[in-house]
Amino acid sequence: MSDITKQSLSELVKNIKDKKLSSEEVTKAFIDRSEKSKELNAYITEDYSSALEKAKKFDQKPNLDLKLPGIPMAVKDLFCTKDIRTTAGSKILNNFVPSYESTVTQNIWNEGAILLGKLNCDEFAMGSSNETSFFGNVQNPIDKNLVPGGSSGGSASAVAGQLTPITIGTDTGGSIRQPASFTGTVGLKPTYGSCSRYGIVAFASSLDQAGPMAQNVKDCALLQEVISSYDSKDSTSIDFKRNIYSKELTNNIKGKKIGIPKEYRVDGMPKEIEELWQKGIRYAKDCGAEIVDISLPHTSYALPTYYIVAPAEASSNLARYDGVKYGFRAKGENLIDMYEKTRSEGFGAEVQRRIMIGTYVLSSGYYDAYYLKAQKVRKLIKNDFDEAYKKVDAILTPSTPSSAFKIGEKKDDPVSMYLNDIFTVPVNLAGLPGISIPAGHDSKGYPLGLQIIGKAFDEQNILNIAYAMEEKIAFKNNITDWWIK
Amino acid sequence: MSKDKSEYLIDRKDNQYEVVIGLEVHAQVTSESKLFSSSSTKFGAEPNTQVSLVDAAFPGMLPVINEFCVKQAIKTGIGLNAKINKRSVFDRKNYFYADLPQGYQISQFKDPIVGEGKVILDMPDGQKEIGIERLHLEQDAGKSIHDLDPQNTFVDLNRSGVALMEIVSKPDLRNPDEVSAYIKKLRSIMRYLGTCDGNMQEGSLRADVNVSVRLKDSKDLGTRCEIKNVNSIKFMQMAIDYEANRQVDLIEEGKSVDQETRLFDTKKNETRSMRSKEDAHDYRYFPDPDLLPLEVSDDFIEKLKADIPELPDDKKKRFIDEFKISSYEATILVSDIDTAKYFEEVVAKMGKNKDMKLAVNWITGELFAVLNNKNLEISESPISAQNLAKLINLIKNGTISGKIAKTIFELMMDGDKDPQIIVQEKGLKQESDPKALEALIDKIINDNREKAVEYKQGKEKLFGFFVGQAMKASGGKANPQLINEILKKKL
Amino acid sequence: MSIDLKTIKHISKLSRISVDEQKAEKLAGDLNSIFKFIEKLNELKTENVEPLTSVAETTLKLRADEIKSKNIREQIIKNSPQDNEDYFVVPKVIE
Repeated sequence: MSDITKQSLSELVKNIKDKKLSSEEVTKAFIDRSEKSKELNAYITEDYSSALEKAKKFDQKPNLDLKLPGIPMAVKDLFCTKDIRTTAGSKILNNFVPSYESTVTQNIWNEGAILLGKLNCDEFAMGSSNETSFFGNVQNPIDKNLVPGGSSGGSASAVAGQLTPITIGTDTGGSIRQPASFTGTVGLKPTYGSCSRYGIVAFASSLDQAGPMAQNVKDCALLQEVISSYDSKDSTSIDFKRNIYSKELTNNIKGKKIGIPKEYRVDGMPKEIEELWQKGIRYAKDCGAEIVDISLPHTSYALPTYYIVAPAEASSNLARYDGVKYGFRAKGENLIDMYEKTRSEGFGAEVQRRIMIGTYVLSSGYYDAYYLKAQKVRKLIKNDFDEAYKKVDAILTPSTPSSAFKIGEKKDDPVSMYLNDIFTVPVNLAGLPGISIPAGHDSKGYPLGLQIIGKAFDEQNILNIAYAMEEKIAFKNNITDWWIK
Repeated sequence: MSKDKSEYLIDRKDNQYEVVIGLEVHAQVTSESKLFSSSSTKFGAEPNTQVSLVDAAFPGMLPVINEFCVKQAIKTGIGLNAKINKRSVFDRKNYFYADLPQGYQISQFKDPIVGEGKVILDMPDGQKEIGIERLHLEQDAGKSIHDLDPQNTFVDLNRSGVALMEIVSKPDLRNPDEVSAYIKKLRSIMRYLGTCDGNMQEGSLRADVNVSVRLKDSKDLGTRCEIKNVNSIKFMQMAIDYEANRQVDLIEEGKSVDQETRLFDTKKNETRSMRSKEDAHDYRYFPDPDLLPLEVSDDFIEKLKADIPELPDDKKKRFIDEFKISSYEATILVSDIDTAKYFEEVVAKMGKNKDMKLAVNWITGELFAVLNNKNLEISESPISAQNLAKLINLIKNGTISGKIAKTIFELMMDGDKDPQIIVQEKGLKQESDPKALEALIDKIINDNREKAVEYKQGKEKLFGFFVGQAMKASGGKANPQLINEILKKKL
Repeated sequence: MSIDLKTIKHISKLSRISVDEQKAEKLAGDLNSIFKFIEKLNELKTENVEPLTSVAETTLKLRADEIKSKNIREQIIKNSPQDNEDYFVVPKVIE
């Protein structure tokens, strides 16, 4: 097998810039490996021949000043890519080909990268195991029949399996960080408003953020500086001064105050998770950081809050999938019949469930008790972080309450599935940046992640802390290529 | 139905009912582009040619608000003497329909951009104040066309996303005449401000009419029904009339009025219930998470206030004070901004020796008659203000008589001809030389001695005969005033 | 707060998703367990708390009134399931 696909993004960029590798070589290597990796089912749409052509074209007139010169990259199938099928993992968009490009992916192509294909994900980003996709489950490269996490399961699997040097996912309640944790990779959810949501199939508008999923922190920082931009086409996009994250990346975190929130120590949390957390605390200290005990009192209310706010917004965002303008349409005797058939055949069970929850919590008589109440609790959760950040610069927690589980293990118990996001959800509710780095293995040998949460717009700080700790942790992903044909 | 002075009451055997009306007017904002997207708002385009990706609700599309539409709404609020809310919120109104691509309409629910205000109506028996509850911005929907195909509905999204101002009145209206006056006043104010062109045929202005009835002198409100989407004043009046009577009939029969949404059937002239077998709409309003609360500063509002032109009520006062015309005349002249502009231009062009009475009469009399006849707006008048002013001056300075002026007026319509040129070409100058007229009159009296004697003996009616003869003899060009004076002297 | 079949049917009508008896029962079961979990929020007193309007720490930006989107009818309609070049075509509503 090619050694090219073993290289990190930063190494590939350097090699291309130094003319040691051509874009064509690199692209071909990833295409080869991807083609041999069908068992992972990480891809929904492959664009290999087109990618190869673009790579050749790049090599003819390479612009080596770009940040991702000739780098092949697959992206989560939630990003609208011009003239390339975009499905959001759903039957209802099975045949949808957008005539426009999302801002985030345009930023990537502007820096010279080349699209390999679209990666599998939970339908409409709703899920924590990539088991709700219309296009089938995704395998975790760590072990057979293991979930990769979700909703960016295909993305995490592709990065961990080295089918793509790096990718982007989206994170609404943990959909980047949790699969990163399950696959032993790095995933960053930026501050809300950092990356444009224009052209991303919307799930929950006040929570969704695009972010990089990478093999290491440095790669992650590089992609973040490419995708983060102010976009006037997105009214929630924020115009703030963005760092050149990779340039300013440092492992010097001496004196940084890192908070340990006691409420994240939940009942029944596996011992291994607590041990991982303690290990992380020790590493942080080793790096010169100061550990501070803090309290985020409303932590236990975050998940219930999320499961009101997210479905409510989703129920409204998904109303446009009605078979009228695009996508799947079922035959109906009249308009309402057409709507009902289209949506019950076009949407999977989890999506229908969440639409129902969302419709209910917004409905007449229940709005105050549920949606309004949730928005108030969300305020309390945000206040908790604001208070904590008066004392600390960042917060360290486990990423997930367990390692990856078996495919099918939690499928019939929605609440049990939702509990996967217990550590990640508060970060979305508060609009803060959060990064997951692989920090160890459990007794089964499966990866476990640690999460570093930062202040708003302070991605540089959490990238630095992650970078410093990554060095100390020296994590090795023991991937055996078991799926390669 | 009895008309007790201005009261509009519905009579039945033992009871008299009062009608309580509230209007929700939807006014399309005059702007280049739509409220949350940058496609065109022009009327009459080919179907689906003014639809952006945002308008058609493609995946990943997001709303971005049009600053000018915000300004237009605030200006309208100022024109309605209303409170401008510095902070307002956009909410999603969720429901499914083929012409609503997002599956929700972006509107304002709890926190509208404009709060309470008022509008003054000039009714025949005095002024009446109608309260405004609120004004908010919202998206218009597309158009569903049901009659192009028996099985299917065709959808045109050109109108989808165009900015609307919804103006909600308090239930202060009591009769169809007030409704007409209210719509006309709203329309007038918005046309003065340039915030809505008020073109009801093109659908720029439509209303939902809320009607309820109650026993005369009762203070409680009856159950109201909403008649949706009425797009002409005449239909509004007919709908109110029908609906009020329908409700009274129900009550008289001992039944209760169901709160429901109704449509006005313009062919049968009756209202009918709109409610389908489905449940009533539950709109599940919630703040749109793709938008933030709209915040405008005092400065922003003050700048708009400074830009407000003279509005109808103030213009009316000024016309009365400055031009010494009557309240009735002033009301007519300010009722539409184009009329007011025309009048002011005529006055200006009349120069020093203005004759206000002539100006008012010629505009509200002759000109309005012509415009009505030819179904033209005053902005399309075949006679310009400048030329009308010239015509009036020719009358005032005695060059022509009022009667001749009418003839010239007709001739002017053909390409807005200059009246002075017509007078010259057709030799219509009035004969005002006293000597010439005296000679003329002497001859007439001579030729009609008997009649002259009869007149002197008391047959006063014969004066008209002599006037007629003088006119005939002079080919209509004799100055009527002088003829009168000379005849009086000579007879 | 227990969600019964009647409510499920009402909600499914509002969300334009069809349900048969079997599906409705499953949904009722799922939703009830989810809502039991959500009910935890009732433990908190929130009368004096302002609801969060947005985590986006910025103000609403206003756009200039310019026509930037031209006639893209072909693009707009090409994805629609029906074969009409000018209009979107849907089955009629039954009034």
